[in-house]
Amino acid sequence: MTKISGWGRYPVVNAATFSFETPGQLSEHLARPGAMIPFGMGRSYGDSALCEQIVCTRRARSIESFDPETGVVVCDAGVSLAELIDVFLPRGWFLSITPGTKYITVGGAIASDVHGKNHHSAGCFSACVDWFELMLPDGSVTRCSAKKNAELFRATCGGMGLTGVIVRAQVRLQPVPSAMIDQTIVKARNLEEAFELFEQYSSWTYSVAWIDCLAQGNHLGRSLLMVGEHAGNQPLRLLPNRKLNVPVDFPAFTLNSLSVSLFNSLYYAKTFGRMTQNQTAIDPFFYPLDAIHNWNRIYGKPGFTQYQFVLPRAASYDGLKQILTRIAASGQGSFLAVLKLFGAENDNYLSFPMEGYTLALDFKITPQLFPLLDTLDEMVHEIGGRVYLTKDARLRPDTFRQGYPGLEDFMKVRRQYGLPEKMQSLQSRRLNLQ
Amino acid sequence: MNLLILGANSDIAMAAAHEFAAHEGATILLASRDVERLERKAKDLEIRHQIQARVLPFDAVDYASHAAFYEALDPKPDGVILAFGYLGDQASAQRDWGEARRIIESNYTGAVSILEIIAADFEQKGRGFIIGISSVAGVRGRQSNYIYGSAKAGLKEYLSGLRQRLFKCGVHVMTVLPGFTRTAMTEGMDLPARLTAEPEDVGRDIYRAWRKRRRVIYSRWFWRCIMHIIRHVPEFVFVRTKL
Ligand SMILES: Cc1cc2nc3c(=O)[nH]c(=O)nc-3n(C[C@H](O)[C@H](O)[C@H](O)COP(=O)(O)OP(=O)(O)OC[C@H]3O[C@@H](n4cnc5c(N)ncnc54)[C@H](O)[C@@H]3O)c2cc1C
Ligand SMILES: NC(=O)c1ccc[n+]([C@@H]2O[C@H](COP(=O)([O-])OP(=O)(O)OC[C@H]3O[C@@H](n4cnc5c(N)ncnc54)[C@H](OP(=O)(O)O)[C@@H]3O)[C@@H](O)[C@H]2O)c1
Repeated sequence: MTKISGWGRYPVVNAATFSFETPGQLSEHLARPGAMIPFGMGRSYGDSALCEQIVCTRRARSIESFDPETGVVVCDAGVSLAELIDVFLPRGWFLSITPGTKYITVGGAIASDVHGKNHHSAGCFSACVDWFELMLPDGSVTRCSAKKNAELFRATCGGMGLTGVIVRAQVRLQPVPSAMIDQTIVKARNLEEAFELFEQYSSWTYSVAWIDCLAQGNHLGRSLLMVGEHAGNQPLRLLPNRKLNVPVDFPAFTLNSLSVSLFNSLYYAKTFGRMTQNQTAIDPFFYPLDAIHNWNRIYGKPGFTQYQFVLPRAASYDGLKQILTRIAASGQGSFLAVLKLFGAENDNYLSFPMEGYTLALDFKITPQLFPLLDTLDEMVHEIGGRVYLTKDARLRPDTFRQGYPGLEDFMKVRRQYGLPEKMQSLQSRRLNLQ
Repeated sequence: MNLLILGANSDIAMAAAHEFAAHEGATILLASRDVERLERKAKDLEIRHQIQARVLPFDAVDYASHAAFYEALDPKPDGVILAFGYLGDQASAQRDWGEARRIIESNYTGAVSILEIIAADFEQKGRGFIIGISSVAGVRGRQSNYIYGSAKAGLKEYLSGLRQRLFKCGVHVMTVLPGFTRTAMTEGMDLPARLTAEPEDVGRDIYRAWRKRRRVIYSRWFWRCIMHIIRHVPEFVFVRTKL
């Protein structure tokens, strides 16, 4: 038995863990009695990858083929995005879609159907997956794509590990001219300006904003929009930079004060008018937090959670205003949150993104927190939005149901393939997701 | 460089192979019992590092096959990493000589058998290197795993003698003493998180130490301090501890 948790370090479970290298070994694990759930690199925040039996996918991490003409990679689901970058960026290929950390597995990227700063133009991770192979509880392996076994494909992308274990996948990389990004940062004095900027910069490949969640009144929604494009005329290989580490649990105030000073130093920098342009490497642009190992320890022992929701575009402005006001009034929540405008929704049953604005912010786990988040859930669902499962540790079944209209179809696929008994997480039980 | 890895399905060995492939552009010969798993790893090494990798069946306790195994290698390796090992189960080894013997042979006699053949070749050529993976368990016998530990101690002392013998002809022999490492061998064991290394850590330590032509290394480094203390605990105290 091992103590194990997601990235938020809440909740923590005692679990029996199994690893496998070959499909044969995996099928033996699946044949054991009891329910289980796959676990990649545990970068989901809550209990999506937790159960009393856990199948660790990281030992199977072979890259099987690469086509240097097309950038198509076939690899085990346990390969991390960081490994794909290390291997293929020097050859001119980068991930087509990447979330804000590279320390996740290909399997985890599919299972959460993750999104990145280019969601508005490129969609979710499933958009760059040609096919994957899924092992079902009976040990059979099924190849799924948007065309073949399409229902299983749509259920698995965003399906939070509840449809079986993804063992291999074919993923398409994108060609890039260099390992650098041309970045533009623009200040928005309030939410209205932030929205205008997202519209104005919608033709940029990458966009995201840091938003000050404590600002109120006229300054509500004060933020920094960061947009980027892959830069030309720069090298593909960069010198590695050293990592910082957080060796022990920090008292909780530090991350907040860190991000406050980071934000303010950018926002109020004298050299920095309304807009600034610079060049930055891929790592700090996409993965600013990866530079600090184990930064999740900054929140100390109780752990933390990230609350991420999306609101339909038309209702986003008023909705965000209400929600931000509510958060600021609560005195909880991180100073800094991430705001982004998503593009169109895909047809995977449980994928999170829909066209509209998404906000993600961290909360330290405290006794007052869950009542606040319940209130926010109600506001989000009232406005027609939904909450992201891969960040969640506490959502309630009724509110979850309202947010995910694809749920019935998802559960139908689960029943059809004999999954409800075998594939379960603490999250699926909490959400009563059969 | 041609690098032969014996027991190449070991996670630690693979991590070291990635280092040698990445930094030396080495051609890697992967030898172990389970060839199917090796094939996947060979492909992976080739794609990641744009090098060549080959796969060979090898069983450390099939002593009779060792001469022919080495004979068939063409070209002969420039260096070898000996990584095979078997932790086994102390409790059942106490009852069952079969298990005890498997532990001893997989960690010690198998190594002696194949390394003598390789050492003879390297000695005659006057070049080459041998990296042997023993364990901190071989530094002082403890009740929880002394059958394994004594076999690892045997390997450690064997490498010490071999190093002295081959020093004269310029062959580098390095002993690696890993502490807790998160690999297939320790899967499911509740290891103290702060003391437990990832195989990549140990692989990196091995490569860096090899570059510096180190003779005996602990991985992670702090095991040197820990084992220094444990080694110096007097017997009358040691027998009373639970270590
Ligand atoms: C700093 C940080 C930034 C992030 N930024 C973003 C972001 O910008 N956008 C975004 O979308 N997400 C983001 N995330 C969330 C993260 O990308 C997802 O949680 C991702 O799924 C984690 O992958 P993992 O390999 O760690 O999987 P885990 O966290 O271990 O598991 C996540 C889910 O995937 C399932 N799973 C894992 N492997 C398999 C498999 N082989 N087969 C079937 N199911 C499997 C698990 O059962 C679980 O339900 C961020 C997380 C962090 C810590
Ligand atoms: N993990 C630790 O905490 C730790 C600590 C100290 C020392 N060590 C030592 O470090 C070395 C590598 O360990 P690891 O943790 O990487 O172990 P591992 O992943 O369990 O690998 C050991 C490998 O040895 C091979 N092997 C066993 N018996 C063999 C035989 N008779 N012939 C050929 N190959 C054989 C197996 O290969 P096949 O699968 O092909 O059979 C197996 O993959 C071992 O010598 C181990 O004792 C490990």
